[in-house]
Amino acid sequence: MDISKKIVDDLVANDVSFITTVPCKQLAGVIEEVEARPEIFHIPSNKEDEGMGLCAGAFMGGKRPAIIMQNTAIGVTINTLATLTQYYRMPLPMLISYRGELREPVACQVEMAVHTKALLNQLNIPTYHFHKESDADELDAILKYTFMCNKPVAILTDASFWGGYGDQ
Amino acid sequence: MIRSEILREIAPILHDNLVVCNIGLPSQELHMIDDNEKNFYMLGTMGLSSSIGLGLALAQDKTVISIDGDGSVLTNLGTLPTIANNVADNFVLLIIDNGSYGSTGDQPTYAGMKTKLENVATACGCENVVVCQDVDTGKTLQAAIDSKQMTIIVSKCDSGNIKLPVITMDPVVIRDRFMKAVAS
Repeated sequence: MDISKKIVDDLVANDVSFITTVPCKQLAGVIEEVEARPEIFHIPSNKEDEGMGLCAGAFMGGKRPAIIMQNTAIGVTINTLATLTQYYRMPLPMLISYRGELREPVACQVEMAVHTKALLNQLNIPTYHFHKESDADELDAILKYTFMCNKPVAILTDASFWGGYGDQ
Repeated sequence: MIRSEILREIAPILHDNLVVCNIGLPSQELHMIDDNEKNFYMLGTMGLSSSIGLGLALAQDKTVISIDGDGSVLTNLGTLPTIANNVADNFVLLIIDNGSYGSTGDQPTYAGMKTKLENVATACGCENVVVCQDVDTGKTLQAAIDSKQMTIIVSKCDSGNIKLPVITMDPVVIRDRFMKAVAS
């Protein structure tokens, strides 16, 4: 099965109906799938902290939200994660493309990759790393866990998971 | 009028609606004037009042008023295109524009200089942008609610603050009672 379709199937099965996205090349397929699903309200945001604000509002309005973004966004959203999502204890699955890992062609991406897990760890954010396609078998359980504990939860998806960047 | 005087005047209108209130003095003032379960006070995260309000308005049918400031909108300027392109007719964004960062000591904002937030909102594609003077905020807000069309209000007022204590209510309590009011 197409991995983007499987991911969005799991989101829909867990009643996630409000998804904000900031694009990444690796996430193009999953964003396209989110846009195509009638069960999901897809609202692109201009910056990831804005997106987390939208998700906070949607959650308080009774919807289950999610955000799809690049790992560079961790640098943008630390204040929002700490003083909004965590402080008010709100659930937020974060499907994150983990740029700067093996097979990365852009050197600058490595500069945030080396901080990504350390920052998530510092924030006490439960973090899962999808490296092989079979790792996504846990997504359903991760989503249930997120809405059980009302925390932001990070799902890092690297280039190997997405099948690389093609021939280099 | 200064912001707290506007809030005092529009409190009876706010009282019947879901309100997402900006960080700092605006939330402290609203908390003092009319604390109730339909108010969501932001204790952190400057700039996201409009984003939280839009998300809430898109997720359910009750009218939502986001109280924002010119400084906070400038902090999160990307919110205006998102609002313009995701119309929620139960959403009113009330920007209290005093041309200054009130909670931090009234430093001037660019909105008090060359930048006109009403023009920015219009350029971003927002369709109902209304500018009013402080004294007309109440009737402008009521008209926006009654129109059942998403509206951005820019209320021009004086810079200035009153002294009052911080909100000590627990954030989870604020969120929990607010969610119960949303669902009721």
